[in-house]
Amino acid sequence: MLHLILFLVFGAICVAGAVNLLVQTHPINSALSLIAVMGSLAVEYLLLGAEFVAVVQVIIYAGAIMVLFVFVIMLLNAGIEERTKGSRVALLVGVPGVVLGSLLGAWVLLQHSGASSVSLGAMPGPPKEIAQLLFHDFLLPFEVTSILVLIAIMGAVVLAARPESVHVTKKEG
Amino acid sequence: MVPLSYYLILSGILFTCGVTGFLIKRNIITIFMSIELMLNGVNLSFVAFAAQWHTLSGQIFVFFVMVVAAAEAAVGLAIIIAVFRTSETLNVDHINLLKL
Repeated sequence: MLHLILFLVFGAICVAGAVNLLVQTHPINSALSLIAVMGSLAVEYLLLGAEFVAVVQVIIYAGAIMVLFVFVIMLLNAGIEERTKGSRVALLVGVPGVVLGSLLGAWVLLQHSGASSVSLGAMPGPPKEIAQLLFHDFLLPFEVTSILVLIAIMGAVVLAARPESVHVTKKEG
Repeated sequence: MVPLSYYLILSGILFTCGVTGFLIKRNIITIFMSIELMLNGVNLSFVAFAAQWHTLSGQIFVFFVMVVAAAEAAVGLAIIIAVFRTSETLNVDHINLLKL
């Protein structure tokens, strides 16, 4: 029962943050509501017994990535977004279509839920088993990931550097 | 005890909000944040299924998704800075040249 209450409370915060992201016109407000979504998603992960994922979610998503976003918003001095008029057909057909489709999807999911349920701490998730998977079974993808991150760092530096400074370093080299 | 379907519905709502934001938003940074929202929705269903089938592989995949999302955010925001430097705008309606 407590799990259900926690799930509903933090799920409501998630959905409210996601809707707020759409409604707000200033990017910094959208970024802050996205942080709220990610923080409450971390609690949902804890409810699923995924402590590792919850901690990584807070550190990487709500920490590193969102700091990058807020930094870029402030660096570029992003102002209030200009709204453009969408097409009428999309509003008349698209919105009822989305509502119908999501209701159908929710109905199908609820019909097939059956006795399947998830409880806290029911699954094996100690750091030892995660390390066994990450550094043994998925060792090659893990190492490839490090190369990917290295390439991303170099790409970000090259892209964000001012064109003249890249020119100067080329001349020096 | 929370049924698996509740988690999947929450994941679907988050993904739909991300798609909607991607389509209706005009600020390039907000569009990028909508993509992150979609990734979060997918991650939630990964973890929910991992808990359902009592396996840890789903959590490892969420870890990989997060690493790819971090790399994507770094490169994407650098591209946004480069675009802003040349076109002086963040509105995607005004960004219509592929050439910098």
